[in-house]
Amino acid sequence: MSSGVGTADTPRFGPGAGVAGRSRSRPGIATVYRWELLKLRYQKRTYLGLGAAAIVPILFVLAIHFRHHRDNGGDFAFASYLTKSGLVVPLVLLLFGAVWMFPLITALVAGDIFASEDHNGTLKTVLTRSLERWQIFAGKGLATATYAVTAIFISGTVGVIAGSIQSGFNSVQTLSGSIVSAPKGLELVYLSLLVYLIPIGTIVCIGLLLSTITRNSAAAVVGTLMISLLFQLIGILPGLGALQPYLLSTQFNAWQGLLRQPIDWAPIVRAAWVCAMYAVPALATAFLVFLRRDVAGG
Amino acid sequence: MTDIPSGTSPQAERPAPGAPPPVEVRGLVKRYGELEAVAGVDLTVHAGDVYGYLGPNGAGKTTCLRMMLGLIRPTAGTVRLFGRDPLQTVQALDGVAGFVEAPTFYPYLTGRRNLELLAGFDGGDAGDRITQALETVELTDRARDKVGGYSHGMRQRIGIAAALLRDPKLLLLDEPATGLDPAGMRDMRLLIRRLADQGMTVLLSSHLLAEVEELCNRVAIVRTGRIVYEGAIADLKRGAGATYRLSSTDDARALAVCRAQPGIADVHVVHGRISFAADEPAVAVLSQALVEAGALIHSLAPETVTLEDLFFSLTEGDGVVNGGVPAGETAAAAAEAS
Repeated sequence: MSSGVGTADTPRFGPGAGVAGRSRSRPGIATVYRWELLKLRYQKRTYLGLGAAAIVPILFVLAIHFRHHRDNGGDFAFASYLTKSGLVVPLVLLLFGAVWMFPLITALVAGDIFASEDHNGTLKTVLTRSLERWQIFAGKGLATATYAVTAIFISGTVGVIAGSIQSGFNSVQTLSGSIVSAPKGLELVYLSLLVYLIPIGTIVCIGLLLSTITRNSAAAVVGTLMISLLFQLIGILPGLGALQPYLLSTQFNAWQGLLRQPIDWAPIVRAAWVCAMYAVPALATAFLVFLRRDVAGG
Repeated sequence: MTDIPSGTSPQAERPAPGAPPPVEVRGLVKRYGELEAVAGVDLTVHAGDVYGYLGPNGAGKTTCLRMMLGLIRPTAGTVRLFGRDPLQTVQALDGVAGFVEAPTFYPYLTGRRNLELLAGFDGGDAGDRITQALETVELTDRARDKVGGYSHGMRQRIGIAAALLRDPKLLLLDEPATGLDPAGMRDMRLLIRRLADQGMTVLLSSHLLAEVEELCNRVAIVRTGRIVYEGAIADLKRGAGATYRLSSTDDARALAVCRAQPGIADVHVVHGRISFAADEPAVAVLSQALVEAGALIHSLAPETVTLEDLFFSLTEGDGVVNGGVPAGETAAAAAEAS
């Protein structure tokens, strides 16, 4: 019995027949993006992140349900709002999820997307095909962003559905005290999710940077989360109030401007440029490191 | 050893006159701090060559191959693949395929899915070659299994399949037979030979000297980052000179005769037998002198010089092979020839 190599009938792999004198369609960013999404579909961490994004709202609603029945809805913070309209559930999750849940869910993939190539030793495999390094970087970055957007919208949508089952699809009271209809409230929820993507995008960029530099998935994931928590910590330190508007952690609350009448765009605009201040250098550094690095291991 | 003459295959694609060689490396240097992993390597691989790149562990072979594929930036020097610089654009790798160290794949994807991904990254009609490539390396039956469950040998084979997807003119293989069982090594040799017979140029880094001797027509031997020989294996052997082994009825007297005889050099005793270097006419005269001295000959036979002997002489000895051509001169000659 053959051991397996080269005993098939003569293959006709001509010497470079496909290269010289023949135009060939070259792959691009879209190819990398498509395959990165497929690779994410086969990785446990993707399901861990998206699963957490889906399960946490359900657990949250169950907690509201049982506490509401036990305590008659009296002393639980936000309980009075949460039991009036299910649309409040995703908004409360955005509020509390900013501390570590959403940064962690985002970092799970952002911190891994380059580091896993080093871990598997596959970087040399993909870099010796027909794609420039910048195309691979762009494709991976887009796939990570897609994952983050998906996680946020899954969490929001599950929160709306679970909350509506628990508390009903009812009108919502804004932060200015006015009441908006349920459809308008739903629109505000999804707009809030969109605004929430601004700081999440920064977390993506920081994750990509650490993934590229550390070449270690665990270090990059934990490092990204630690940076996020560090911003939270700085935000509560006494005497540093002047820094508050420029902290990444503050930008996770920018969506609340949408819940005022009229809409307060100032925190949203500030979130955009403050986040860019963190995200652009992180992304640019990651890009340059990836472009110029020696692939001596993986 | 069976030479694979350059460009003799009926299917071989003849390079256009004046076309740049598949691999042209000049003054390649890579330093990591104080460590000089590659120290001024010059080599030229011509179209149709099966070129062996030999050296002990840590000699800088893999680093050199990584620089050839654009994975590592050289500290100094240039690499040209078919005249193009792989550091400037990945298009320099058009028509080039291979792997450095062990081929690596995504363990959570099947073998076929990995090849589909790589074919997607290759573009063109690479996807059409997946089934054929799997058949060539006889992995069709395991193509739907995850690569994480593959043995080392299977990974080597799918590494070859991944290279074939690119329909290469130049194949760069780093230790392709490492870790394979004897049958796997034999079949890997057969595959490389067949690809070479089809006109593919192969640059093969290997520790397995017998494999290189059987497959390759030209070699570069590298020692601590420097090439100590580059050229045809036949020239290397010719440069090493002929050695003979002698045993007689009176070895002490025979030894004295050998040492006194003109044209007989490097006389010494190896495992109880006399070894010396000489050309054929000198050996004829010696045999007569031995008889006249009363040392009757039991056996007198030329000793076959293997690539292994020459390899150790170049990498562990003084780096000098009798009559050999210094690496720099062969590189210069190759440059002129190209």
